[in-house]
Amino acid sequence: MEYTLLILLLPLVSFFVLGLLGTRLKPCVAGWIGTLVLAVLTLVAYVTAWEYFSMPRVEGVYATLVPLNFEWLHFTQNLHLDLGILLDPISVMMLVVITTVSLMVHIYSMGYMNGERGFQRYYAFLSLFSFSMLGLVVATNIFQMYIFWELVGVSSYLLIGFYYTKPEAIAASKKAFIVTRFADLGFLIGILVLSFYTKTFSFDLLTSGDSSIFAGAAGSTFLGASVISWAMALIFIGGAGKSAMFPLHIWLPDAMEGPTPVSALIHAATMVVAGVYLVARLFPVYYFEAPDVLVAIAVIGAFTSLYAAVVACVQTDIKRVLAFSTISQIGFMMVALGVSGMEGHEGLGYMASMFHLFTHAMFKALLFLGAGAIIHAVHSNEMDRMGGLRKQLPVTHLTFLIACLAIAGIPPFSGFFSKDEILSAAFMFSPWIGWTMSVIAGLTAFYMFRLYYNIFWGKPAVHEHEPHEAPVNMTLPLVVLAAITCVAGFIPFGHFVTADGLVYDIHLNWTVAGTSIVIACVGIAIATVLYMKGTNPVPTRLAERFKGFYTAAYHRFYLDELWLFVTKRIIFGYISRPLAWFDRHVVDGAMNGMALVTQKVSWAIRGLQSGQVQQYAFIFLLGTLIIVLLLLYV
Amino acid sequence: MEISLQEIVFFILAAVIVVCSVLAVTTKRILRSATHLLFVLFATAGIYFQLNYSFLGAVQLTVYAGGIIVLYVFSILLTSPEGDHAEKLMRGKFFAGLVAALAGAAVCIFIMVTHSFGAYRIIPGEIPMKEIGHALMGTERYQYLLPFELISVLLLACIVGGIMIARKR
Amino acid sequence: MEEIRMEYYLIISTLMLFIGIYGFITRRNLLAVLISVELMLNSVDINFVVFNRYLFPDHLEGLFFSLFAIGVSAAETAVAIAIIINIYRNIRSIQTRELNTMKH
Repeated sequence: MEYTLLILLLPLVSFFVLGLLGTRLKPCVAGWIGTLVLAVLTLVAYVTAWEYFSMPRVEGVYATLVPLNFEWLHFTQNLHLDLGILLDPISVMMLVVITTVSLMVHIYSMGYMNGERGFQRYYAFLSLFSFSMLGLVVATNIFQMYIFWELVGVSSYLLIGFYYTKPEAIAASKKAFIVTRFADLGFLIGILVLSFYTKTFSFDLLTSGDSSIFAGAAGSTFLGASVISWAMALIFIGGAGKSAMFPLHIWLPDAMEGPTPVSALIHAATMVVAGVYLVARLFPVYYFEAPDVLVAIAVIGAFTSLYAAVVACVQTDIKRVLAFSTISQIGFMMVALGVSGMEGHEGLGYMASMFHLFTHAMFKALLFLGAGAIIHAVHSNEMDRMGGLRKQLPVTHLTFLIACLAIAGIPPFSGFFSKDEILSAAFMFSPWIGWTMSVIAGLTAFYMFRLYYNIFWGKPAVHEHEPHEAPVNMTLPLVVLAAITCVAGFIPFGHFVTADGLVYDIHLNWTVAGTSIVIACVGIAIATVLYMKGTNPVPTRLAERFKGFYTAAYHRFYLDELWLFVTKRIIFGYISRPLAWFDRHVVDGAMNGMALVTQKVSWAIRGLQSGQVQQYAFIFLLGTLIIVLLLLYV
Repeated sequence: MEISLQEIVFFILAAVIVVCSVLAVTTKRILRSATHLLFVLFATAGIYFQLNYSFLGAVQLTVYAGGIIVLYVFSILLTSPEGDHAEKLMRGKFFAGLVAALAGAAVCIFIMVTHSFGAYRIIPGEIPMKEIGHALMGTERYQYLLPFELISVLLLACIVGGIMIARKR
Repeated sequence: MEEIRMEYYLIISTLMLFIGIYGFITRRNLLAVLISVELMLNSVDINFVVFNRYLFPDHLEGLFFSLFAIGVSAAETAVAIAIIINIYRNIRSIQTRELNTMKH
């Protein structure tokens, strides 16, 4: 399957063509090039997936293929960096997800970004992002993954800061880059620690389940935990940064300053699940070597999910609501991974996580693209500028409703199935986590329908000009994604992706499913009562009643301020600034002082170097006389 | 106390040397300076004669007095406009020179006088010219053909160098 | 024949040397400086000869050293005067005070 190399080459070539020739091309030509390349790419990914999953299973497991792997940098026998392509169920699944969403976004952007300045640049960056993300998922070793991981970070930075004349966009892009980069430091250290003890970067060896490669770390502990646990925890920090896990989530809401299709592609469907993918990729290592970290992942995931869901309930910017919803849903995936086991039914969480990743990518991209269409129509992100849009935007309305139902977990939409699996897995692990996640599912239903009603129902807002439905190249992706959302739940996902690779038949646990449906319905019902008419005074009164809590939630519980306090006040103020002062005044000062002293002394003794040979002779003579006297009488 | 002829000649030479040396370095007119130098050189040649080194004295007269002084006189005439007087000496410089010279002279003379040089082993009479000639042209031990040739090469180099430096561009 | 004490010669040469040094330090005119140098050289020659004569009469090193020193001083004078003439041609002066072009 060498043709899979095309998966990486096509977007790279497209990036260079668009990036180098961008300004020479007409915008629509650039758009078409990008979109067509991506269409071909999607086709290749589908063919790959088809071919991969139609291969006969070996001992009930899909083989892990490495069609290409070459040594890029050779240092020693053990230390060498490889680049290659690895195909296994999750990477193939990710290929399909990424190319599908990316293609939809490309098509959508043709309409959404029409007439923007830097249209060609936008498509070049999209290509770069596709390249990086695909390289990340097909990485054969953890270092290649890290390289593409950083590339993804860069393209995310570039795309968030696409409107580089807007100060908020610049600040947001910097924030995203710095926060994720900070987390990546943990990732890098984790990689180094892990590979130091295992002598390999390769996923093949790391995840083979063979514990002998970890023998080198046996007995090495640090602060009471084994070094492998530390390494895996550090690697998870990297994943947490990219996947916006608490408390590193602060960049994601701000990243909404980027163009909306970018939010759909990067900050909903693909890049933010890289952390989930990373944990899934190294799942056997976590499960066998660092089960304590896995528990921590579950707890962090659950907390993040709860936190984001609460915050999402009070946001007024529709993209922010979606951003927090994304954080919350990624929390779900993390929880699922955290509670998962390895064998058969135990491994349900792993499968559920991947399944949810798949369905969430589709319906969250749909939500974002729908939000884009709405913003396109009313030229605002704020909810109070919307209302009653269901007449003007029928297609958007319908697809948005489908996505909302899916994320709320109403059958038969895809979100129901994947979320149900996650809840089952969570209940299997611990009722506490199970109930927490159920409550969050209810909150999800509530805030999504609050969003939905505020946009499409209620009092129509006054618009400068009548909102109208988006052009067909924007509605087409919506329809396609909505269709996928409707049917994706019926994919027998357990036949493709499971923790141990064996076939697992999904069977609904009706106790859990029923509970979750009831909870979702309750959430929707509350939202309906409170927001459908748009005139119900209860929400305002509730906000008045719990003013402190409401304000805190609106300000995301002041986490950004806390970070700012920690970084700006404590780190900058008490560490960096004194260090800078020390550097400027002591280190530089010593150097400058030396130079100054030299200069002053030089000026002072300059007179001695008169250039008058006679003077030199005089001094020389005196010196000679003194030496003679010294030699004679001392 | 009887004063021998030798001593009379020596004291005359010594007086000439000291007086003319002092005049050579103190006179304001540079041409007079050169003239006094000439007298010093003559007196030095006289000392050589007195020491029975007639050959060296002759060389002193011809090379120094005959050659170098002529060179000086020509260059003085070339470079010093008529009526050129040395400027008045700066007090600081004068004292510096004087102190250095007096101190140095005092130290040296003191050492010389207090130091015992051992017995004189004077061989009376002139050194035969033949012996000097052989020593100058021989290549044995205590014979000086090599330095002689070196000096000739040095002189050649100086001729070339002098022409190179002084010629008009 | 009564010989004159060696120290007398040495004293004379010492005086000559330090008179030369005095001239070297105080004189302004380059040629005068050069004349001072000649005095110093000359005094050293006397020393060589005297030591040769009084202490090592069976050898001729002192004599020959003086001989060659005279030759070297002739060479030195020639080159020095060439330089002085060149300087004079360039700056129309041979006063040491004014020879500071290279300094700045």
